[in-house]
Amino acid sequence: MLILKKSDITPSEITPREVFENRKELEHRREFIKTAGAGLIAGAALATGLLPRQAQAAVQRQKLAAGKTAFGAGEKLTSYEDVTTYNNYYEFGTSKSDPAAESKFFKPSPWTVSIEGAVKKAKTVSIEDILKIAPLEERIYRMRCVEAWSMVIPWIGLPLAQLIKFAEPTGNAKYIEFISAADPQTMPGVRVPVLDWPYVEGLRLDEAMNPLALLAVGLYGEVLPNQNGAPMRLVVPWKYGFKGAKAIVKIRFTDTMPKTAWMKAGPSEYGFYANVNPTVDHPRWTQASERRIGGGLFSPRIKTQMFNGYTEQVGQLYAGMDLRKNF
Amino acid sequence: MKIPSKQQIARIKAGLFIAALIPLARLVWLGVHDALTANPVEFVERSTGTWALAILLITLAMTPIKLLTGVAWQIQFRRMMGLFMFFYACLHFITYVWLDHWFAWVDIAKDIAKHPYVLVGFSAFILSIPLAVTSNKAMMQRLRERWKKLHQLVYVIAILGVVHFWWLVKKDIREPLIYAVILAVLLGIRIYFYYKKTRK
Repeated sequence: MLILKKSDITPSEITPREVFENRKELEHRREFIKTAGAGLIAGAALATGLLPRQAQAAVQRQKLAAGKTAFGAGEKLTSYEDVTTYNNYYEFGTSKSDPAAESKFFKPSPWTVSIEGAVKKAKTVSIEDILKIAPLEERIYRMRCVEAWSMVIPWIGLPLAQLIKFAEPTGNAKYIEFISAADPQTMPGVRVPVLDWPYVEGLRLDEAMNPLALLAVGLYGEVLPNQNGAPMRLVVPWKYGFKGAKAIVKIRFTDTMPKTAWMKAGPSEYGFYANVNPTVDHPRWTQASERRIGGGLFSPRIKTQMFNGYTEQVGQLYAGMDLRKNF
Repeated sequence: MKIPSKQQIARIKAGLFIAALIPLARLVWLGVHDALTANPVEFVERSTGTWALAILLITLAMTPIKLLTGVAWQIQFRRMMGLFMFFYACLHFITYVWLDHWFAWVDIAKDIAKHPYVLVGFSAFILSIPLAVTSNKAMMQRLRERWKKLHQLVYVIAILGVVHFWWLVKKDIREPLIYAVILAVLLGIRIYFYYKKTRK
C-alpha cells in the first residue's frame, strides 16, 4: 500500500515565495541567456515578465535559436499547447496535466550536470558549458509513448554523441546511465513513492552514439519548458518516450547494464531497450497502433512503425538480437 | 428519520435521474468547447468507465445503508441507478469499439483475448446485459427466485470492474484503490450481516 506524505509547505507559505522565486528565476534565466551568448535571444516575454504583476503569472517563455535540419520534414507538428500540457513526468504527479501545473517552482537554472564513472576524468559541468559543446540544432522527431499515443515535436538540442566525446569515456564504458533530478521541495510527485526515485534511464554506448540520440534543451524555438524536462533531457525517438530521462543531473558511464526506474517498477512490462515495436505488445495493451495527439475525438488510430519509423538509422544496432526477449 | 411521502420519493427520483445525466452533459459540453484534453478519446473512455463504476458503487451502497441504519426507502432508486450504470457502461463500450478502434473487429477481438484488463472489463459488460434486460417487473415476476440469484451477478460485475481499472493503471494505483476499498467495505457489510443472520 502507498503511504502519502503530506506536504510540509502550507499554501500561505507558497504564495509570497512565488513572487520572490520568479524574480530570482528571471535573473538566473537572464544569465543563462547572456552566457549562452549569440545562440540565445531574449524574447518579448522576458521584457514584459520583468513587471512584477506578470512575474506572478505563468512561467516565462524565451526564444532559443538553433540551426535547421532536415529531420522530420513534412511531418505535421503536434501543437505547442498539447506538447506542453499533456505530459508524463511523474516527478510532478501522475496525471497528464500535473507537470504543466506543478512544475512552476522548479528551477532549471543554475544547473550543473555531473559526468562520472568510466571516464578519463570525472567532472561537473554547467548547463551553459554543455551548450557550448556543439551548435544547437532543431530536429523534428516523432515521439511514441508506451501508452500508445504519439506526438511530433520540434526539439532543439545537441547530439548526445558530442557530449560523450566531450566526456571522454574509457574503454570500460559499455553503457551510459542518466539520472534525473528528484527534489521533493520543487517536484511534488517525488514525495509519493510511485517510482524508486531518482528516475534512472540508460542506453548502450553504441545506441547513445547514434546520430539520432539528442540532448534536448528546447522545443518550438524556445527554451525547454519545465514540464518537458528543463533544462536538459534525453530524446531517443526510436524508443518509447519513457526512455527520455528529464532534468538530467548525472551522466554515468558504466560497464554493466543500468537498472532503470521502470525496469525496477515492472520488470515484466518495461525492458532496458524499450524500442518501439508494433509486433511485441506490452503485456497489458497493444503496441500495434497508436493515437496521434491533436487529431480530435473522431480521428482513427495510426499504425505504429518498427523503431517508430527510424529503422534505417538504428536497425543495425539490433541486428541478430531477439527483440521479443530484449523488449 | 421520517419516511418521505410518495410525492417526495418521486421528486427525489427525478432529481437523481437528472444528476445521473450530469456526467454525460459534461462530456457533451466539453466536446462542444473542444476541451476534452489533448487525448479526447482516452478522456471520454476514462470518464464513461469511471462513472459506470462510481454509479455501480452507489447502487451497491443502498442495501448496506438499510442494514446499518434500517432506512430502506432509498432501495426504490436501486433499479434506476443500476440501469444508469449500464447506460454508462454502454457508452464506455461504444467509445471503445467506435472512437478507439473504429469497428476494427479483428483488432478488437485480439485486444480482448490477449489483454487481461480488457477481458475482465468486457466480461463485466457482457454479464451486465442480462441484468439490464431482466430489470423490469414482468421479468422479476417470471423469474422469481431465479431472478435474485441472477442479480447476484452484480457482485461479480463490481469486482471485475474494479480489477479492470486496477490493471489498466500503469503504476499509480491510488485511484483504483479508492474504488477497491469502497467495494470491499460495501461487500464486507453484507457478509457481516449475512453471517450474523445465519448464526442466529
